[in-house]
Amino acid sequence: MENFGYHAPTKIADAAQLAEANEDAKLMAGGMTLLPTLKQRLAAPSDLIDLAGIADLRGVCRDGDEIVIGAMTTHAEVHESAVLREAIAGLASLAGQIGDPAVRHRGTIGGSIANADPAADYPAGVLGHGATIVTNKRKIAADDFFLGLFETALEPGEIITGVRFPIPVWSTYQKLRHPASGYAVVGVCIVQTKTGVRVAVTGAGPSAFRMAAMEEALTKDFSVKSIEGIAVAADDLNNDIHASAAYRAHVVSVLAKRAVASR
Amino acid sequence: MGQFGIGQPVRRKEDVRLLTGKGLYTDDVHFDGQTWGVFVRSPQAHAKILSIDTSATKAAEGVVAVYLGQDLKADGVGTLITDVEFKDLSGKDMFRPKRDFLAIGRVRFVGEPVAIVIAETQAQAKAAAELVVVDYETLPAVGSTAFAASSDSPVIWEEHGSNVGIHWENRAEAEIDAHMAKAKYRASVDLVNNRVVPNPMEPRCAVAKWDADAGELTMYAPTQGGRRIQQGIAKIVLNIAADKVRILSPDVGGGFGIRGKIYPELGVVAWAARKTGRPVKWRGDRSETFVSDYHGRDQINHAELGLDENGKIVALKVWTIVNCGAYFAENGPRLPINGGGRIIPGVYDIENFYFSVRPVLSNTVPTDTYRGAGRPEANFLMERLMDAAAHATGLSRDEIRRRNVIKQEQMPYRTQMGMVIDSGDFVGNMDMAMKAADWAGFEKRRAESAKHGKLRGIGLSNFVEPSGGRPTEEMRIALTPDGKATVYAGTHSHGQGHETVWAQLLESFLGIPFEDVSLVQGDTKTAPKGSAGTFGSRSSWMGGVGLQRSAKRIVEKGTKIAANLMQTEPSAVTFDAGVFRAGTTSVTIKEVAKAAHDPKALPEGVEAGLDESYFLERDPEEFNYPNGTHVCEVEVDADLGKIEIVNYIAVDDCGFVLNPFIVHGQVYGGVAQGVGQAMTEQTVYDEDGQLVTGSFMDYGMPRAHHMAMIDALFNEVRCKTNDLGVKGAGEAGACGAPGAFVSAVCDALKEFGIRNIDMPLTPDRVWQTIQNAKAAKAA
Ligand SMILES: Cc1cc2nc3c(=O)[nH]c(=O)nc-3n(C[C@H](O)[C@H](O)[C@H](O)COP(=O)(O)OP(=O)(O)OC[C@H]3O[C@@H](n4cnc5c(N)ncnc54)[C@H](O)[C@@H]3O)c2cc1C
Repeated sequence: MENFGYHAPTKIADAAQLAEANEDAKLMAGGMTLLPTLKQRLAAPSDLIDLAGIADLRGVCRDGDEIVIGAMTTHAEVHESAVLREAIAGLASLAGQIGDPAVRHRGTIGGSIANADPAADYPAGVLGHGATIVTNKRKIAADDFFLGLFETALEPGEIITGVRFPIPVWSTYQKLRHPASGYAVVGVCIVQTKTGVRVAVTGAGPSAFRMAAMEEALTKDFSVKSIEGIAVAADDLNNDIHASAAYRAHVVSVLAKRAVASR
Repeated sequence: MGQFGIGQPVRRKEDVRLLTGKGLYTDDVHFDGQTWGVFVRSPQAHAKILSIDTSATKAAEGVVAVYLGQDLKADGVGTLITDVEFKDLSGKDMFRPKRDFLAIGRVRFVGEPVAIVIAETQAQAKAAAELVVVDYETLPAVGSTAFAASSDSPVIWEEHGSNVGIHWENRAEAEIDAHMAKAKYRASVDLVNNRVVPNPMEPRCAVAKWDADAGELTMYAPTQGGRRIQQGIAKIVLNIAADKVRILSPDVGGGFGIRGKIYPELGVVAWAARKTGRPVKWRGDRSETFVSDYHGRDQINHAELGLDENGKIVALKVWTIVNCGAYFAENGPRLPINGGGRIIPGVYDIENFYFSVRPVLSNTVPTDTYRGAGRPEANFLMERLMDAAAHATGLSRDEIRRRNVIKQEQMPYRTQMGMVIDSGDFVGNMDMAMKAADWAGFEKRRAESAKHGKLRGIGLSNFVEPSGGRPTEEMRIALTPDGKATVYAGTHSHGQGHETVWAQLLESFLGIPFEDVSLVQGDTKTAPKGSAGTFGSRSSWMGGVGLQRSAKRIVEKGTKIAANLMQTEPSAVTFDAGVFRAGTTSVTIKEVAKAAHDPKALPEGVEAGLDESYFLERDPEEFNYPNGTHVCEVEVDADLGKIEIVNYIAVDDCGFVLNPFIVHGQVYGGVAQGVGQAMTEQTVYDEDGQLVTGSFMDYGMPRAHHMAMIDALFNEVRCKTNDLGVKGAGEAGACGAPGAFVSAVCDALKEFGIRNIDMPLTPDRVWQTIQNAKAAKAA
């Protein structure tokens, strides 16, 4: 690890100013992903801006028809939130399926989606629920947020302050855990809203994506049968030593059916 | 026997210390004026080193020194040890590639160290190490076992002209063919015994200092007893007398066989401490564990079995290719031959046995001993073959085994390879395990699982695994004037719980209270001269017996002192439970210990002190034979290919059990490692010889949730070849688990006609196998 400057702002504005002033600085949430890259000398930011001291970035609350989760809220806090369990049980369950207890007590929703790991769980939840990512500068619809492998719509230095989830009629998240890392080999989030059904998939492609054919079918008829005939194309899916693209395609459809059946 | 005596489930003494952070590991040790070493490792699997430019490194901040292989060689440092010798049937010797401590001229695997950079701080050393410029000329690489053995493969050692180190055979194949020809039934298997990365919890580490005045080296490092490392470093690296090298390993976070070796990094750190005149510390990280700790297993086997009309085995033939990596490590080719190969027939009565082994060299990390060291591979192979034999004969999996196991009345049983199995109740193991697993009621459970869409399967595996390691060991017991005992040992506990078990033994042998016994280990200076260390499940059977005999000497001497105190003849004195008696008078061992240190209380001709050692030497061809039967039950979610272990029964015969609590721990750990190999642990090298699974993000270490609660039972048959009646316990779990697990999964998937799946049985592999089977059926 190289030497770096360390800053612990207590206000979002201060953090933003620090980030703006120095393009070689890095925002740090729980450091779960960031610190190992420093230790392995894969990254050497000049400064770390630790967001842990900013109280405004933490917590889960209800705001009308939405649930607002602060960017620095840990997966464990999300999982255990009574407000969330009441409003969006499927999302609370998703947070509880991330990694292991140590990861869940340190990793944050902001860090997870800013990082946009193709196998992370939250992207499916954020996309599936049609959430809005709120930053210090603007609001970004989930559909416009995940651009590709580890790539998001965030500009350098832009700080995610929270994520707003519209409260759905019902939702669930089903995951096949990676045998080594515990991340999603495939994760499927199915969300029923008043206007239709959304299906988001993580782990299978370079970044989370929606399954339009399934959404259409399930909006018409929310049943296992209605998606039984929908083939998932393996062409653009990830193919690695842990799971072939064909297997991933198959798992997407198995998990989607199980998700529907669990309603 | 008292509450803390032999055979009691005594809680481990060491746990409070270890669990409250009071352990002393190598990384906790710092010497004054210490520098930090960082290794520059090859990023290439196979390449010529054209040049190494260290000028920028030497100029970097804080750098003390940079050393290359030539520097060590010029100073008289030799090459690493390959401690095996084999000849083929024609009498030709095995090829023995030489390995320098730092690669010279050529690198042969990713992670091979080529230089050490030493600086004032670790951060400086790491930064400076990045400035070393090595000009490599890439050569074609050999990443896989099968490829290494094929004739199309590039040859790694031109001077040998082949990647095959030797074609070893136990006898002429034709001799067995005659028997095979008489077989009514034939069964065969083709197996992959997957390579695993052992991954002890503590990565490797070393800190060494050189005392120029005394000409002595002191080095801390995680080992399994430093004696062999002391000897190797002294002889090969420093060219000094062994007693001028002191190796300390106070607490060690796991050994599994791979911590007992002289690694290049140990030699380089020791040598650099002398060369620079300053202490040198190296702290390996997890990535270095993956690319430089010796790996385990990695075999490809083909085996054939011939059976008569009654299902009795008439002949067995086995062909093994073992991937030894880029060099033959200390034990490399020993594992598939003497380690495991000769016990392949296992618990079965097989007279006609042919086996052939081809140890191959490839551009991968060398393989060496890992929990079981050849025996898990052998047992797995035999048990997969017995399942195939059940299929071929139409007998059930347990019946085919019952018809072939060695019966108790055949003991001592001399195997065709000349090993003598002294004891064991192989039929009883199966009965006990099958009963505990409710094997008879399985079909009902299978039907129940089917109702909720799961395929259920059950499997069993027998095993026997010669244990004992090296044939000599020395133990020492010293009593203090206040009657407390200290055990000085060269055996080494790095998880085994010797602090507890040795104390139990002394409480039983000498009546010294459990809490008054302490252990001094992990220091070549205090370890008895004739001690060897802990590996191959040998500590109880060599060290335990050594302690028993040392204790006997304590009692003998104590008897003389007690007689003097009681003013009687030694012959009139008896000893029991810590008390010397003569008629109605008695003295305690505590009083005797006090007298032993008081010249006035000593009888004439008796030296002061109560301090005795015993050097135990056994016939090197004599082993003990831990054995057992494991039963595993699984549920398979066939749509996802996901397996869940729903029940696991381990019946083990470890001989006389000194502490059931501790032996259970050994069984659980061994089973977890066996299940890990079978279910999650996948070591992948790509075509270029890059290790793809180089971190825990890709390498599937087994987790608690992969396991079921294990029901560990003992079918205790005392070992006949040692005073304590003990057999090894450390490696059994890893021997039993893979076979039982794979058998269970294949049983679950039998409706698809699946008879084998190569380990590890990851979800995508299981799913793919089902798809292939379905396609084959449809075609
Ligand atoms: C062993 C392990 C297992 C894991 N398993 C899973 C799993 O099963 N499923 C899963 O989904 N995830 C998993 N993770 C990821 C984990 O859940 C974290 O979400 C992830 O590592 C991000 O960590 P963090 O929140 O500490 O962010 P950091 O590591 O601190 O930051 C990550 C990145 O996000 C940026 N960043 C952080 N906060 C903000 C913000 N508010 N605004 C803008 N940018 C920001 C940082 O600059 C950095 O680039 C695992 C991680 C580990 C180490």
